[in-house]
Amino acid sequence: MPSLGADMQFGTIVDWRVKPGDTVQRGDVVALVETEKGVIEVEIFESGVIDSLVVQPGQKVPVGATLATLGGDGKKIEPQPAAKPVTPPAAAAPVKEEIAPAKVATVRAAEESARLRVSPLARKRAQELAVDLSTIAGTGADGSIAIADVERAAESAKTPTPAVAPAAKGLDLGAMRRVIAAAMARSKREIPHYYLSTTIDLSKALAWLAAENAKRPVTKRLLYSALLIRAVGVALRSTPELNGFWKNDEFKAGEGIHIGLAISLRQGGLINPAIHDVDKKNLDELMENMLDLVNRARTGHLRSSELSDGTITVTNLGEQGVETVFGVIYPPQVALVGFGKITERPYAANGMVGARPMIDATLAADHRVSDGHRGGRFLLAIDRLLQEPEKL
Amino acid sequence: MSAEKTKTTYREATRAAIRDALLRDERVFLMGEDVGRYGGCFAVSKGLLDEFGPERIRDTPLSESAFVGAGIGAAMGGARPIVEIMTVNFSLLALDQIVNNAATILHMSGGQFNIPLVIRMTTGAGRQLAAQHSHSLEGWYAHIPGIKVLTPATLEDARGMLWTALEDPDPVLIFENGLLYNMEGELAADAGPVDISKAAIRRPGKQISLITYGGTLFKTLAAAEELARASIDAEVVDLRTLRPLDTATIVDSVSRTHRALIVDEGWKSGGISAEIMARIMENCFYELDAPVARVCSIEVPMPYPKHLEDAAIPQVPAIVAAARRLVTGHE
Repeated sequence: MPSLGADMQFGTIVDWRVKPGDTVQRGDVVALVETEKGVIEVEIFESGVIDSLVVQPGQKVPVGATLATLGGDGKKIEPQPAAKPVTPPAAAAPVKEEIAPAKVATVRAAEESARLRVSPLARKRAQELAVDLSTIAGTGADGSIAIADVERAAESAKTPTPAVAPAAKGLDLGAMRRVIAAAMARSKREIPHYYLSTTIDLSKALAWLAAENAKRPVTKRLLYSALLIRAVGVALRSTPELNGFWKNDEFKAGEGIHIGLAISLRQGGLINPAIHDVDKKNLDELMENMLDLVNRARTGHLRSSELSDGTITVTNLGEQGVETVFGVIYPPQVALVGFGKITERPYAANGMVGARPMIDATLAADHRVSDGHRGGRFLLAIDRLLQEPEKL
Repeated sequence: MSAEKTKTTYREATRAAIRDALLRDERVFLMGEDVGRYGGCFAVSKGLLDEFGPERIRDTPLSESAFVGAGIGAAMGGARPIVEIMTVNFSLLALDQIVNNAATILHMSGGQFNIPLVIRMTTGAGRQLAAQHSHSLEGWYAHIPGIKVLTPATLEDARGMLWTALEDPDPVLIFENGLLYNMEGELAADAGPVDISKAAIRRPGKQISLITYGGTLFKTLAAAEELARASIDAEVVDLRTLRPLDTATIVDSVSRTHRALIVDEGWKSGGISAEIMARIMENCFYELDAPVARVCSIEVPMPYPKHLEDAAIPQVPAIVAAARRLVTGHE
């Protein structure tokens, strides 16, 4: 069971896309897995012939459990314990209205509250240490939670978790909420955020967009958010310290620029699939990519690599009327870019006051990795790129 | 105990124990099939007839029920008989004498008659003697109140348990694993009687208790060595006595290691391994960090072909794999 998010502990096999004897290539979708974030398509890490399916549909297993064995050379697919860094939900929320999907999971398999496998000793110790067993992945016999798992969890939770405290009262603290709670609490506990904001004149960008869209058939039209994302991607080229992960007390720059889009879900919560290599894609490709992601997030067909690869998050709350976004970084990422709504504001230039469409762009960044100076230059770069939209 | 050691075998140590008992107490005599002229089916009593004569080394007819019954009568009459049954499979012919008489007479007589009888027999597989000579039924006898069940595995116990058993006022059954007779080793020259009430820690360890007895002790110790090379620190508990079980030592060990694996050459269903697991659950459930597991014989009549017999009984790789699963979560 691959880790599809830093806070994922368990996954439930919804459906197998392969059967024993099937030949698979690295990257093939082999199974649908339900997580707190919906149904994800799991890709295989190695090529070979499926030997046996170990976990049956409906079964809930911890991250790291063997799902299937790959034969041929007799080598087992040991699930990458923590496949990769991880993305997921950013702080705030959705990108666009049309991006908010109707539902994530089309199939709901196992009981969510399947009884946890916990050794008696671990259960006793968890009680003493006030550790919530449902947040722990077991590494003991048969994937059970053993005392070592409990003590590790207690150790890593030494700093008390503020959780979603008072505001959470009355909220539906479903599984996704708990995942978001854990990630956000960790973010605010561990990451020294700094925030920068700048106001960007979008008149040129929007004028260019209107002219461009006029030439296009309706289905090929571009949304302004594609411009924003493209600008962020290009600006990141010169600011690598905002693009990557903080792990084991050091920064590791992302290998590509993969922007996670914070997408709010209608039933609550959010999901954060990544668009890969944003700086290498043109606007048409980005647009197609975005629509495809939204569509698949809605039907529950996101892929594991999309959930685990994001190197930075963009959250756009303009459609919700928000003027300025102050985001919470999604660990282990080190930055989050926020966009508010476009409003016409008085703008003075060359001694004249006029009305121009303006947008507030913000940066929440990890001060362990970058400083305000770099952050400021990054926002400035976004601004400059948006002044020459034709070059995007 | 003297530091001086002599080289010996399990068979010789057992013979030395019998000889010692015959010398210590004139009430002691040995009785069984072929124990005299033939020197014992497993050559344990070779030479004893010449030394002690036919009054004390008595060949019997092939009638287990008769000579075990005779042993019970002799014990009631004041003798200290050692009755040898060829294998545990044949002891079933004497089951009525053992269970209905030896184990109950003290109770049925209102405490008037103790039965200070010792019955020795061979148990276990591994010698290609097939299904009627190779089973491990000692666990059955551990079910019966009124008797004690000993399973000496080491040279010290082969040498030392017999006299302590003879001193016991009640019936004691001693099970000698047939594979051990040729086992060589060093034994203190002045080795003598040993305690028969306590299990022994044969190898201290911190991560898992491997609980076993008799013939599988040495396979289990070998498994523990292999586990050590994989950085798994296993403790090996030799039960030594199956009835009464030394629950305290088992519980103490499991409470320290938090994991338990029972290795038993008997079958699983209703076996002594099941009883040990139950006691662990009853006494230290909350100390367990993994399910209790066991490696036992496959539930088939013991096969004759070597490869099938080997496959049917506990072997080192299976013990290692089961222990690894409990400690690391995978084999």
